Amino acid sequence: MTEPSETTVDSLVPIFFMGKRYDVPASLTIQKALEYAGYQHIRGCGCRGGVCGACGTVFRTPGSYKLQVGLACQTVVQPGMHLMILPFYPGNRSSFDIEQMNGTGGELAALYPEIFKCIGCNACSQGCPMDIDVMHYMAQAIRGDLAGVAETSFDCIMCGLCASRCPAEEVQFNVAILARRLNARHGIIRAEHLHERVKEIDSGKFEEPLRNLMNKTTEELKELYKSRESEPQMAEEDWTPEDSRYV
Amino acid sequence: MPYPESLKKLIEKVVATRSARVERKKNGQEFPPLKLEEREPVLRNFHPDFIKGTRRSIKIGPSKGYAISNEIVDLLEAKSRVNPYLVNLLDPDFETDVLIIGAGGAGTAAALLAAENGAKVTIATKLRHGDANTMMAEGGIQAADKVGKDSPYYHYLDILGGGHFVNDPELVYTMVKNAPDALRWLEGMGTSFSKYEDGKMKTMHGGGTCRKRMHYAADITGAEIMKTIRDEARNHEDMINVIEFAPAVEIALDDQGRCAGAVLYNLETAEYQFVKAKAVIIATGGSGRLHIQNFMTTNHYGATADGIVMAYRAGVPISFLHTVQYHPTGVVFPEQAEGILITEKFRGAGANVLNIHGEQFVYEREPRDVEAACIIRECSPDGRGNGVPTPTGKFGVWLDSPMIEMLKGEGTVRKEFPGKHILFRRFGIDISVEPMLIHPTLHYQNGGLDINNKCETNVPGLYAAGEVAGGIHGENRLMGNSLLDVIVFGRIAGAQAAEYIREHGESGTGNLDHVKHYNEEVEAAEIDEDRIAPMILPDYSNPEVRKKQLTKDYFGTLS
Ligand SMILES: Cc1cc2nc3c(=O)[nH]c(=O)nc-3n(C[C@H](O)[C@H](O)[C@H](O)COP(=O)(O)OP(=O)(O)OC[C@H]3O[C@@H](n4cnc5c(N)ncnc54)[C@H](O)[C@@H]3O)c2cc1C
Ligand code: SF4
Ligand code: SF4
Ligand code: FES
Repeated sequence: MTEPSETTVDSLVPIFFMGKRYDVPASLTIQKALEYAGYQHIRGCGCRGGVCGACGTVFRTPGSYKLQVGLACQTVVQPGMHLMILPFYPGNRSSFDIEQMNGTGGELAALYPEIFKCIGCNACSQGCPMDIDVMHYMAQAIRGDLAGVAETSFDCIMCGLCASRCPAEEVQFNVAILARRLNARHGIIRAEHLHERVKEIDSGKFEEPLRNLMNKTTEELKELYKSRESEPQMAEEDWTPEDSRYV
Repeated sequence: MPYPESLKKLIEKVVATRSARVERKKNGQEFPPLKLEEREPVLRNFHPDFIKGTRRSIKIGPSKGYAISNEIVDLLEAKSRVNPYLVNLLDPDFETDVLIIGAGGAGTAAALLAAENGAKVTIATKLRHGDANTMMAEGGIQAADKVGKDSPYYHYLDILGGGHFVNDPELVYTMVKNAPDALRWLEGMGTSFSKYEDGKMKTMHGGGTCRKRMHYAADITGAEIMKTIRDEARNHEDMINVIEFAPAVEIALDDQGRCAGAVLYNLETAEYQFVKAKAVIIATGGSGRLHIQNFMTTNHYGATADGIVMAYRAGVPISFLHTVQYHPTGVVFPEQAEGILITEKFRGAGANVLNIHGEQFVYEREPRDVEAACIIRECSPDGRGNGVPTPTGKFGVWLDSPMIEMLKGEGTVRKEFPGKHILFRRFGIDISVEPMLIHPTLHYQNGGLDINNKCETNVPGLYAAGEVAGGIHGENRLMGNSLLDVIVFGRIAGAQAAEYIREHGESGTGNLDHVKHYNEEVEAAEIDEDRIAPMILPDYSNPEVRKKQLTKDYFGTLS
C-alpha cells in the first residue's frame, strides 16, 4: 500500500504517546507517526484529511507549560511532545423538531440554557483546529444572532476540542449546528424554484421526454448529447436556452 | 513540511513562465484541448484502467468470469474472516426491523426514511457515524431544478454522456426525477446551501454538465449534508439506534434465501455479534483504501469494499467495476497530505498544470480520465518523463494556484479555497504564493452491486444504495452526481425496506450456509487459501514492527 511512512528518509525524533516513548520520523503527522510506531488505528482516524473531526489530540511540548490541541492527521510531530488522542468527547445534545420551530434565538437558548454560563475566556477559539472564532459564535448565540452563528461556525468539523477546553462545560459544536440548521430552515428564504420543479415533476411534465430518451439507441443518444446547447460559463443567472421544449 | 530547496529551485521555473501564461489566459488563448481522436491513444496507453495485467476474471461467485481490478478480485476470492460454523445465529445479540450497514450519506438517508415509514432501525457502522466519503465531498450536488433553463431531460443526457452511454436507464431516470425533491428534503432539514438573497440556489457547472446545476455549500458540500442528516438522525434516537465501531462482516440468510440480518465484528472487544433483522440495507460506500495499482487515494479510512464482498457471497452480482475513477489532482507533496483531493475548481478558476520545466502540457479542463492520463504520461518514465520528483521518490506536476491571484485578484485563493489554504499553511506552504505538487489519485468506485430502481438486490430483503451500488454512473461518474445518488437512493432504500417488512414480516432463523459454500468454492478453485475478507481496515502500520508481531494465537482484544 502507498499510504505508509516507510519511504521517508528522515531523522527520528522521540514522541511520547500516552507516556510511552516511540522514535518516529520528524516529518510525519501524529497519525502517521503512530502507524510508523506500529499502531493500526481503530479510533481517532476517519478522513485522514482534516475534515471529519475524528482525531482531536491534546499535547504538550518540552519547555512549555502550555496544553495544546490539534488534529492528529494534520499536526506534524514535535520532538519530545507528550500526546493523547481524544477520539470522543461526551457532549450534551438536545433533541428538537425543526418543523415545529420558528428559528429564533429563544428556541436555541431554551434547548441550550448553559450558553449563558460562558465566561468569555477564549480557550475554545485558541484550540479550534479550524481557526474558528468559537467564543465569538457563542456570544452570537447568546445574543440570539443565529445567522451570525451559522456564518462563524460554518467550517466546524465537530471534533469536540473546544468543549474539552471549556471551563463552563459548553458543547459549542452542538449549539452551532442547531443554529446553522435553524437559520438555513427558517432564517433564509426557501428556494421557490425547487418547489415549483417538484410540482412539475409530480404532474408528469417530464415523463414523456424522459421515457423517449430511455428508448433511444446509443447512436441517437450520442447525437442528442453532442448537440446539447451549453449554458456559457460566464452566463448570468437569467440565461435561457434557445430550445425550450424540455425545460 | 515546506518545500525543500530542491523543489524551490524547480518552482523558479514555474515563476519564470507565469506572467506570460497569465497574459495568454487573459487573452483567451488556452492550451489546445485534445481532439476526440487524440484522446483515445493517451487513454489506452496511460490511463490506469487500460494497463495490462491489472485486471483478472473472478473465478467464483455470481459474476464469475467478470474481469475487474486485481485488488477487488483478491477480496472476492477469499474466505470469510469468521468461522461460519461457530457463529451462533439462534441467539441474536440485537434485533431490529431494518439493519443498515454503513453510516455515511446513503445509510443515514435510508435510516431517516425507514424510521419515517415506521420501521425501527439499527445502523451498524465501521467507524463513527459520519466517518465516510460523504463527509469529504467538497464540490457539490447536482439537480435540474432551475425552471426555464434546465430539466431532468438534460440531466439524463449529461449523465449518459459522462458514463459512456452504458448506464442503467431506469436508475438514471429514477435519479434525475427525484433529484429536485432530494434537494428540497435537504433544504427542509436545514442544510446551508449557498444561495442568493431571494432564496434561489446558487449553481455552477461541473465537468460534463450542459447547464449549471451543481449546488454547493461553499467548498464543504458533503460535510454540510452529512452533518445535517446525522444531526437529524440523532433527533430520532427512539427509532434509530447507531452502533459504531461494529463493521458487518457477513450477511445472514434464512432457509428461504431471504435476508435475515448480519454478523458484526466489534472492533474493540473482538466479538462477532449477530443482528437479526427483517431487512438489510448495504450502504458501505467505496473502496479507495484498496489502493488499486498502488495509487494513493482521496477516500476515508474505512473505504475497503466490505459491502461488495459480503453481498457477493450472499449471491448478489456486480457490474461496472471494470472502471475506476482517478481524480487528476491529488496532493503528492507534502507526504503528510498525500492523496488528498484538490478540487476541480482550482483548474476552473484558471490554474495551469505544468511539468518540471514550468511548461504546459495539457489543457487544464479535459474530462477527468483524459486529464489524469495526460498527467501520468508526463510523469511516467515510459511516457515523457517530465515529472517533478518528490523527496519520497514519487513524481508529480505543478498546479499553479498563484495564477489565480493574478487572474482574479489578490486574496482570491484564500477566500475561495479556505479549506485547502489552511491545509497547506499547516505545512508551511502558502498556495497563493507557491504552486501545489499533484498527481492523479484513486477517487471513486464507478460500479458495484446490481440493484433495480427500488434498490432491491436479487436477494429478497437485501437492499443496496450509494457508492456500493453500480449502474447509475455507467463507466464514469460526473462530479456532483454521487452525493445526489446517495441521497436519492438512500431515501428509496429506506422507504422500500420499510414497505418490504410491512408485507413480509419476520425473516426466518438466520444461517451462514452460503458462507460455508463460498469457502468451499474458494478451496475448490484452488485459490490462495490464506486470504480473508472483508478487509475492514487498511493496515498502514510499520512492516518492520509487523515482522515482530509473532503471537501464535491471539486472545482478548488483539486480533
Ligand atoms: C474527497 C472526496 C470528494 C468528493 N467530492 C464529491 C463531490 O463534490 N460531489 C459528489 O457528488 N461526490 C463527491 N465525492 C463522492 C461522494 O462523496 C461519495 O461517493 C459518496 O458520498 C458515497 O456515499 P455513501 O453513503 O455511499 O458512502 P460513504 O459516505 O463512504 O459511507 C459508507 C459508510 O459505510 C461504512 N462502512 C464501510 N464498511 C462497513 C462495514 N463492513 N460495516 C459497517 N459499516 C461499514 C463506512 O465507514 C462509512 O461510514 C467525493 C468523494 C471523496 C472521497
Ligand atoms: S468549533 Fe469546536 S468542534 Fe468545531 S472545529 Fe472548532 S474545536 Fe472542533
Ligand atoms: S471556552 Fe467555554 S467559557 Fe471559555 S469562551 Fe469558550 S465557550 Fe466561553
Ligand atoms: S482523521 Fe478526520 S480530521 Fe483527522
